[in-house]
Amino acid sequence: MSLYETLRHFADSYGLAAMVALYLALCLWPFRPGAKTHVDAAKNLIFKDENHGQQAD
Amino acid sequence: METVVKRLGVWALVLLAAICAIALTPDRGFAIHAGIVALVAVILIIATLGTYDPLAKAQSIFRMPPGPSRYDDDVVRWGVIATMFWGLAGLLVGVVIAAQLSFPWLNLEPYLNFGRLRPLHTSAVIFAFGGNALLATSFYVVQRTCRTTLALPGLARFVFWGYQLFIVLAATGYLLGITQSREYAEPEWYVDLWLTIVWVAYLAVYVATILRRHEPHIYVANWFYLAFIITIAMLHVVNNLALPVSLLGAKSYSAFAGVQDALTQWWYGHNAVGFFLTAGFLAMMYYFVPKQAGRPVYSYRLSIIHFWSLIFLYIWAGPHHLHYTALPDWAQTLGMVFSIMLWMPSWGGMINGLMTLNGAWDKVRTDPIIRMMVLALAFYGMSTFEGPMLSIKAVNSLSHYTDWTIGHVHSGALGWNGMITFACLYYLTPRLWGQARLYSLQMINWHFWLATLGIVFYAASMWVAGITQGLMWREYGADGYLVNSFVDTVAALHPMYVLRMVGGLLYLAGAAIMAFNLAMTIAGRQRDEAPLGETAHDAAADRPLLPQPAAEPAE
Repeated sequence: MSLYETLRHFADSYGLAAMVALYLALCLWPFRPGAKTHVDAAKNLIFKDENHGQQAD
Repeated sequence: METVVKRLGVWALVLLAAICAIALTPDRGFAIHAGIVALVAVILIIATLGTYDPLAKAQSIFRMPPGPSRYDDDVVRWGVIATMFWGLAGLLVGVVIAAQLSFPWLNLEPYLNFGRLRPLHTSAVIFAFGGNALLATSFYVVQRTCRTTLALPGLARFVFWGYQLFIVLAATGYLLGITQSREYAEPEWYVDLWLTIVWVAYLAVYVATILRRHEPHIYVANWFYLAFIITIAMLHVVNNLALPVSLLGAKSYSAFAGVQDALTQWWYGHNAVGFFLTAGFLAMMYYFVPKQAGRPVYSYRLSIIHFWSLIFLYIWAGPHHLHYTALPDWAQTLGMVFSIMLWMPSWGGMINGLMTLNGAWDKVRTDPIIRMMVLALAFYGMSTFEGPMLSIKAVNSLSHYTDWTIGHVHSGALGWNGMITFACLYYLTPRLWGQARLYSLQMINWHFWLATLGIVFYAASMWVAGITQGLMWREYGADGYLVNSFVDTVAALHPMYVLRMVGGLLYLAGAAIMAFNLAMTIAGRQRDEAPLGETAHDAAADRPLLPQPAAEPAE
């Protein structure tokens, strides 16, 4: 088999499966147990810095 | 002193090289570009040598607050001004080429014909207007969300000014006829190399700033900015692989040939839309919409799912630009399927943005900046529905090569990218210049309605034009011959082209009002005007009628 064929067979078998698994893992990560507090903290992160950062914290 | 001498030496070498290039090249456009580089070197030498500081001078013209503030906002302020300037320039050229399509005698040969002005328009609005907006907002947002100042401040300044040099070289190149004829990637090899250097510096500044953050979490807007910076670097380098004919000439040849070349180009072209005009602007949305609304984004988890879905899907959608071409059928179908799948993550982003206003929808009435953001998100939703629909092969057989495509692009670009950028500039300007508020909120209203009306004119006329064109092209008579010649279709479209120009003029007028509003804000003026959303309230009348005791009948 040529390099091209090896690569394309890898791409539509293990490569594809690995990509799907990675995608699902990344999407499900914020739903892991105990993630709720992290997600809520991240969501409100931008409001810690009121006053345009010009006044003392 | 030693560093000054070293610096002078470097600039002198650049000047010398530029002069040699001017002397040796047989290529006039290349010589002019070398002249521009020489001019920059001379300015840098003068600035290094004497007490004359052109940058400080310019900063005082634009009334930039002196001295260090808590955050490093100098580059951001320059970015805001550059965005406004290039926005006006790009929109103006857009109106000019719309007029040229309606009235061909406006084609001024050779420098100002449609073929040369069209890439000037697309690059000016995408890369100069959009690019500067992304530079400015990304440097603003990354500092605020990481609660730290910019890492490598000198390099950040190089990124900004280097990017402006790229824009000037690209724009003058188009007018001089220097192009490698790849859509949205027209600049030739030496300008591409310069942009690569600038872009790697941009990545370095951005990543280094994130690395020195004081917040443990990296806010989702930064994910989108980072995806934009990294992917554009990859796309730019691969698509512009080319061999110059000579090191002293502008012409180069692509490393790819035939259909591979076409696919590489549209892999780049579509992801320029996906990562420059979508990911980058979604980053702006994820910071500025919640900030302006004063409430957190609707669902942070949705933003993460939406992010990874866009990243995994977008990169495959490019082949839909090559339906019914020499590209293998399976590749066309692949592009179509991924384009349709993209609909969902795109709407995930739109819903997340719109639902951020849940419980605060009254702000659409009282806050014109929020209204602009809502319109931007609505157009984002509309064009990301229209896009997947146009990518379906059966639809594409009607719409491809027609003005429907142009209408689709502009409902996305004017509606989504333009409006969200305007909203961000309105948000940023008073804050960056330390003003209490904008010069005028009523003028944002005017801007909003002019722009909206302009988009409606533009999109509606192009839908009609595109479908007319598509149907006329495919019409066969009973004898089996095509009914219409090409010029018949052109004549049929003329009224639509004029309406499109009117739409463009309205949009440009809105942007001009904005430029005035921002200039007055920077000058520290405040217009005396009635506040928006003030509701009339008559306290005396606002009370319940007490029940009158009924007259008791006498016993």
